[in-house]
Amino acid sequence: MGAVRLVAVRLVSAALVVWAAATCAFLVLQLIPGDPVYAIVGSDALVSEEQHEAIRQQYGLDEPLIVQYLAYLGRLATGRFGDSYQLQQPVATVLADQLWPTVQLALGATLLAPLLAVLVTVATSGRANWPRRVSAVVELVVVSTPSFWLGIMLLTIFSFRLGWLPVAETGDFASLILPTITLALPIAAVLTQVLREGLLGALEQPFVITARARGLPEPAVRYRHALRHAALPALTLAGWFTGTLLGGTVIVENVFARSGIGRVTLQAVGDRDLPVVQGVVALSAVVFVAASALVDVLYAVVDPRLRKRTGVQAA
Amino acid sequence: MTTEQVDPASRQRPRFSRPLPGPAVLLSAALLALLLVAAVHPALLAAGSPTDTDPLQALQAPDAAHLFGTDQLGRDVFTRVVHGARYSLSIGAAATAAGLVIALVWGLVAALSGRFGDAVLMRAADALLALPALLLALLVVLITGKGVSGATIAVAVGIAPGFARVVRAQAMVVRRSGYVESAIGLGVRRPLIVLRHVLPNTVGPLLVLGTITLGASISTGAALSYLGLGAQPPTPEWGAMLTEGQGFLHQAWWIALFPGLMLVCTVVAVTVVGRHAQARSEGRYAS
Repeated sequence: MGAVRLVAVRLVSAALVVWAAATCAFLVLQLIPGDPVYAIVGSDALVSEEQHEAIRQQYGLDEPLIVQYLAYLGRLATGRFGDSYQLQQPVATVLADQLWPTVQLALGATLLAPLLAVLVTVATSGRANWPRRVSAVVELVVVSTPSFWLGIMLLTIFSFRLGWLPVAETGDFASLILPTITLALPIAAVLTQVLREGLLGALEQPFVITARARGLPEPAVRYRHALRHAALPALTLAGWFTGTLLGGTVIVENVFARSGIGRVTLQAVGDRDLPVVQGVVALSAVVFVAASALVDVLYAVVDPRLRKRTGVQAA
Repeated sequence: MTTEQVDPASRQRPRFSRPLPGPAVLLSAALLALLLVAAVHPALLAAGSPTDTDPLQALQAPDAAHLFGTDQLGRDVFTRVVHGARYSLSIGAAATAAGLVIALVWGLVAALSGRFGDAVLMRAADALLALPALLLALLVVLITGKGVSGATIAVAVGIAPGFARVVRAQAMVVRRSGYVESAIGLGVRRPLIVLRHVLPNTVGPLLVLGTITLGASISTGAALSYLGLGAQPPTPEWGAMLTEGQGFLHQAWWIALFPGLMLVCTVVAVTVVGRHAQARSEGRYAS
């Protein structure tokens, strides 16, 4: 299959996932009880009959459902999402303003988590059994630790007790450290579990015997050959985590009182600001699709067998 | 990748990391039993009220009288943690059970409703899986409203799409099996086949999956409460306690430490027991 055709197929299926997620969100939001007009003006405001009708018209709420849906898809396709009920701004502007702090956080976690996972796996992959056991227990505890509590404890220790790091967002690098760690640690723990499982499995494969028979030193066998094999399932998982980081940022941004998409999402849910919620859902689906596509490219980099088949040239 | 190559070594040794050995499983089971007592009859473990305030005793550090200290309103943190077990456990358990039931219907209908229905239902599951579970839960809270029952439904819906895929895959396997073919050949009616053959053979693997997911459900339920969407103060739910305690971190670390610690211990214990159950059901681990 040609590379062009492959890209085209990927793009179409990506668009389908985003469309389906957005449609699900649209349908779900139709189930919300109560009059959306009160979400727009505030629940306790007094609204006359004419004002009520005017607001319905302004936001297109008087149209039949199918027309509302098509208008919604149109806004989605142009990336505008309409106006926020609460903030009196286009949703696209609201999200764009909040995007950068969240991107910093997510990018940091996306880099830190796999790095930690590989380091821990390599450090505990020796012949001795006990480092692996200790690490397995630590991983289990970290995986089981809810990120909001992890964040609160890091704040208590490093900001309140030791005073090393700022308590709230200051805009510089120091205030990014604790949130990034909070977001990355649970992901790193899961990745380490998968990576270690994969590494142990790979070391039992015939190619490892071949490599050893060729006289390759043990580190080369482990880290150049076996680790590569172990990386494939971990990569799938890492891509999935990256795609769902937006869920983690809702909590982390709340714990550390940071601005960002997660904060906006929670606020929009509290205020029933439906256009913002729909915008976040669409954004989240796009991120998920982009992360899956990136993982596919990385597969080809890690696994030479996939290069010919997909036509992707790896560096 | 070639699938024919079966390496003999990989048969002898399980490729998955082994479940923690005996003592860890027993310890976890004991902790869960204790938590169950706390959930059903908290007064046995902690006398006193979890909501009575005593301003004179506010923000006391842990000592003999107050094992876990007191919070900003002078409530005993230990009593609150014990009474909180009820909320965290019941939200997690009810959500997991409800999620399993939704998934069972979803997956079975998909597997049995022909190509078109299958495609629609499974693509819907895929679309929802593209959203982070927490975001999906937030969407559901919009419909159900804040509160314990709202959060429970939200967690259930958050885990359902993933489960539905498993149910559908399992039901597909059962559907093509010899005994179902024979039942069809014998002229057994369709609803009866579903009830007698497909359902029982699908529920087994799902129960194991449910045990594994219980820990995550407890955690997500607490997260929703922490975000102010689940149990509301002054309910002694662990996530809600963390929200209340967070404002006093600089002077009273114990308010936020102990509810979270209980949460972690609970999730670890559930995971250890769940993994053990899974390993046993797959016959990988004899004990």
